[in-house]
Amino acid sequence: MIEFKLPSLGADMDEGKLLEWKVKPGDAVRKGDVVAVVDTTKAAVEVETWQEGVVESLLVEPGTTIPVGTTIARFLAPGEKPGAAPAVPLPPGPPVAGERRPVSPAARRRARELGIDPEGIPGTGPHGAVTIEDVERATKAVPAAAPVDRGAEMRKSIAAAMSRSKREIPHYYLAESIPMQRAQDWLSAENARRPLTGRILMAAVQLKAVALALRGFPELNGTWRDGAYQPSASVNTGVAISLRQGGLVAPGIRDVQDLAIDDLMAKLADLVKRARAGSLRSSEFSDPTITITNLGDTGVEATYPVIYPPQVAIVGLGRIALRPWVEEGAVVARPVVVATLSADHRVSDGHRGAAFLAELSRRLQEPEKL
Amino acid sequence: MNAKELVPLLFQELRKIAPELEEGDVAPDKLLRDQVDLDSMDWLNFLIAVHQRFKVEIAESDYATLATLDQIAAYVVARNPQDS
Repeated sequence: MIEFKLPSLGADMDEGKLLEWKVKPGDAVRKGDVVAVVDTTKAAVEVETWQEGVVESLLVEPGTTIPVGTTIARFLAPGEKPGAAPAVPLPPGPPVAGERRPVSPAARRRARELGIDPEGIPGTGPHGAVTIEDVERATKAVPAAAPVDRGAEMRKSIAAAMSRSKREIPHYYLAESIPMQRAQDWLSAENARRPLTGRILMAAVQLKAVALALRGFPELNGTWRDGAYQPSASVNTGVAISLRQGGLVAPGIRDVQDLAIDDLMAKLADLVKRARAGSLRSSEFSDPTITITNLGDTGVEATYPVIYPPQVAIVGLGRIALRPWVEEGAVVARPVVVATLSADHRVSDGHRGAAFLAELSRRLQEPEKL
Repeated sequence: MNAKELVPLLFQELRKIAPELEEGDVAPDKLLRDQVDLDSMDWLNFLIAVHQRFKVEIAESDYATLATLDQIAAYVVARNPQDS
């Protein structure tokens, strides 16, 4: 019998509220299948399974808030017969009356914004699904409940994770000014021959350069767990994405070092879109081995970010701006970005961190090889 | 459709990117990115939406001339006066 437990989706998550099951008893599940949607303080997240089997029982009712690590379902392992496992008590939670009505993700988000329960709204969509129009209509028909202060909850989660980081991780900080003329020229030429829908952002170029630069610096790419460092063979970059309602999330893109720049751009666009729509997957929170925060669009010159545990490093990028730059003894105006590295002294030293930033700069001078 | 009539339609597309916007939040003659929190991904998605709705090609080299809703509307009308 396989016990499927609520995974931790980051250092800032202690519990989650089960919103809905995506499977039912008797369903076969395979690695990567979404089995449930769980609401965290930051977003509704599609929780995947990483084991194969057949759903034997669902142990938690939608609407229940459960601690990380709680067994929420049981799967029969391949070839296993039902009825052998002991019963696991249900965590306490509110009862759900009657059959649940399907609710579209957009409707669920709108209902959350309005502070109302979408389950109680009559649905007019396919199979009685509650649509966003149904939610809007319901708010006109009934007095609105007190809105959920999601911003305050998210701020608490971020504060808890960052406090833990600053308390436990001996940070060191480095900065490097990197000339961006070649990267900009290459990108302009590349985008000039692409349709609008196929254009690449500098953020994707920088992301790829970071991933390639990390190849020679395993002490910056990995996780610190149970008092020991585990380097990662693949570069799974968490990307800090600001949410329009405030706060941020940092879901990851896997194997960035091996992705073609077009694929990386497509994945980045998809990740940003889904982060802001509230439809991220659990693996995207648990995978990252390093995070990149790019605040260039805000106009800030440089950022000195806090490491996101259990990672051991984070790269910050400021805006690309024209600055005085010395070339062959002459001062010229060049586009320059300040790249920073915050890293964990338990795993690396400033000397290696500095070498990494130098390698990042070198990679950005050869954009055609990214 | 003239450029002035096009501005509300552009605002519709912008609101899909920035749903927090309310009517009247954006002055069409003022710099868009001073009034709306748009990062480079939002900006690209907005231009893709304009491209798909109004069937206009937008060169990256023209981005600098598309700083206000009025400028974008004029750009669209100039390139596709029939369909806009």
